[in-house]
This record gives sequence, structure tokens and C-alpha cells, in this order.
Amino acid sequence: MENSEFQPSVLAFCCHYCAYAAADLAGTMRIQYPPNVRIIRTPCTGRLETEFLIKAFETGADGVLVAGCLEGGCHYTSGNLYAKRRVQYMCDMLDEIGLEKERLRMVNISAAMARPLSDAITDMVETVRKLGPSPVPHNGHKSSASLKS
Amino acid sequence: MIVAERKKIPELFDIVKEHKKLLVLGCGTCVTVCLAGGEREVGILSSALRISSRLRGVDLAVEELTIERQCDNVFIEQAADAVERNDAVLSLGCGAGVQAIAERYHSKPVYAGLNTTFIGVLEEQGIWAEKCAACGACVLHDYGGICPVTRCAKRMLNGPCGGSREDRCEVRADSPCAWQLIYARLKEIGQLDKLRRVAPPKNWSHSIDGGQRLIVRQDHRI
Repeated sequence: MENSEFQPSVLAFCCHYCAYAAADLAGTMRIQYPPNVRIIRTPCTGRLETEFLIKAFETGADGVLVAGCLEGGCHYTSGNLYAKRRVQYMCDMLDEIGLEKERLRMVNISAAMARPLSDAITDMVETVRKLGPSPVPHNGHKSSASLKS
Repeated sequence: MIVAERKKIPELFDIVKEHKKLLVLGCGTCVTVCLAGGEREVGILSSALRISSRLRGVDLAVEELTIERQCDNVFIEQAADAVERNDAVLSLGCGAGVQAIAERYHSKPVYAGLNTTFIGVLEEQGIWAEKCAACGACVLHDYGGICPVTRCAKRMLNGPCGGSREDRCEVRADSPCAWQLIYARLKEIGQLDKLRRVAPPKNWSHSIDGGQRLIVRQDHRI
């Protein structure tokens, strides 16, 4: 399987107060990071239900990054702590389903941490690139992985 | 309330994989409260089964529906159309709910998606604890409201085994010694003298062995 042609599709759920602000700052600072990421702004990562994470994989995401505030620094006090536990639960479920748990990751970013966020996104995209496309066929199409195997 | 836990995905997939159209049926009562089989869990499990089936090249369409209770005909009949449309039902109700669904829709395979575990309560967020074993002959009045059948690992009815360390059970170190709790409670309510009474061996014939238990209220039968 040739991964050099594969462009991962990574969803990044970013909380409005920290991670999204950091992404904004990264833009202002003209920091370059891979375009493979689609950022979804949420009021807080605590808004993320487990269903959002599993639906992302069901509809074809190759990887999902959850970026919340630093622990102790959540605008809503503990939203990011709820997200942490839900992400952990979802990672365990990915294992049960037969998907690699490395496809889902949570990072903690403050609004000033533009460079660490871009590094986290770059790292996630690279991790997913190495893992290869999601083996889940979706939308009636076979995944490119199963086509080539 | 009844507390249950979702079966693991590999086991569930194995159970349902031969079907083409599956209805995942949730229940809005006990299993919703214990976060095992409510509408949200139906959604998550259905997505998981779809992903699992696609990963394995198995053609499986999953429909989702949650009814208020699976142990009442009034609600069970609301699922009729959905059950009809599908080849099989994966019920996320407790054991009673699964069987009620299976009895009502007897021409379709009905499977259990949960392991029904115990009668218990929510002790703190995310932790449910067993309280009642449904032994059929409640003796809580003699033990200050603390059940020696469920709380004591040895089900002792006549005082501690003497093996407890600090206040922890000898068998289960993460559990408090039930008899320590019973003693403290009886002392608090001024009923310590109840401990002087020797309880005879428990009559287990009212409990789980011996076939299906029935309760009949003639005053409510026509």
C-alpha cells in the first residue's frame, strides 16, 4: 500500500476559548501546519459527546484530534476533564471495534500556545499518515485501503 | 434500580453478524439511568456495529429506536413497525425487557446487548453499587437496613467472620466489612440488642433456585 499519495483527513474539535484561539493566533503568526485538518469549533470540549467522536470515524475521518484548555484552565472549570474521560472511553471502544486507538487523541492547549497547537496538529497528521487511511468504508464506497489490499 | 452493563463489541458483533437488518432497541428507564442502554447508548452502539461490520466486509444495516420501557406492553407495541422492518432485534433492555420483547415479537430473533448485573443504586457519579440480591425473604429489618446477603462477601447472617482487616473485608479488600457497617448502624439507631438474636440458616427457597418465581395478587385478578 502506497502511503505517499495518501492525504489523511483529520478532524480537530477545538474549544472556543483556548484551542480555537490558539489556532487563530497561529494564523496571525503565519505558522504553517498541514492543511489536512478540519477545525470544528465547540464552546468547550466538554460539549463533545461520545457519539460525535464515533460518528466522525463512521463517516470516514482518518483521525480525530480533541484540543481543549490546559487542565485547571478550562473556561467552564471542568469541561476538558469530562472530555478527557470521554476520549479515553472512545479510545477503548475503538480498540473493541478493531480500529487503532492512535487515531483519536486529546491535547491540552492554552490560547497563547499557537506553536504547540500547530506542532500537535502536525504530529497527529503524521501519526495518521503512518497508520494509513481509515479502513472503514463509508458512503457506499470502499476505503482506499481495502481497494488496494 | 436494575443496573446493567454493555456487552463488548466483539461479542455483540459475533451475535448479530449473520443478519442483514438489525434493530437496536433501547429502553428509557433503568438502563438509561445506569448509562447502558438508553437512547444515547443506542446511538453509540449502532455506530460501533456499523463500523465493525464494514471493517469486516459484512453487510449490516442498523436501525435505532428507544422506547420508554421494554417491560410494558403499552410501550412494547410502539416498536412493532420497526421490529417488522428488521431481521433481528438487539435489545439494550435488562433481562426482563429482552424477554418481554422476545415474547411479544416471537417470530424474530431477539438478542441481549447488555449483561444485567444487579439491583443497586448510584453511589456517586459514575459508580453504581449492588444493594439487593432479590432473595425473596428480606431481613433488612434485623440489620439496620444494611443487607448481609449482598454486602457481606460470605453472606453471613450472624455476625462478622473475624477476618476483616482494619475495616475492610477479608475477601474483597476494596469493600468495607458489612458487619462493621451493620454494627455501627444498629448502634446509631439503638438496636444493638438485635445482634444477640441468632438467625437460623436462611431459607433460600424464595430465591433464585427452583425455577421462575411468580407473584400472584388475587385481589387484582378478575
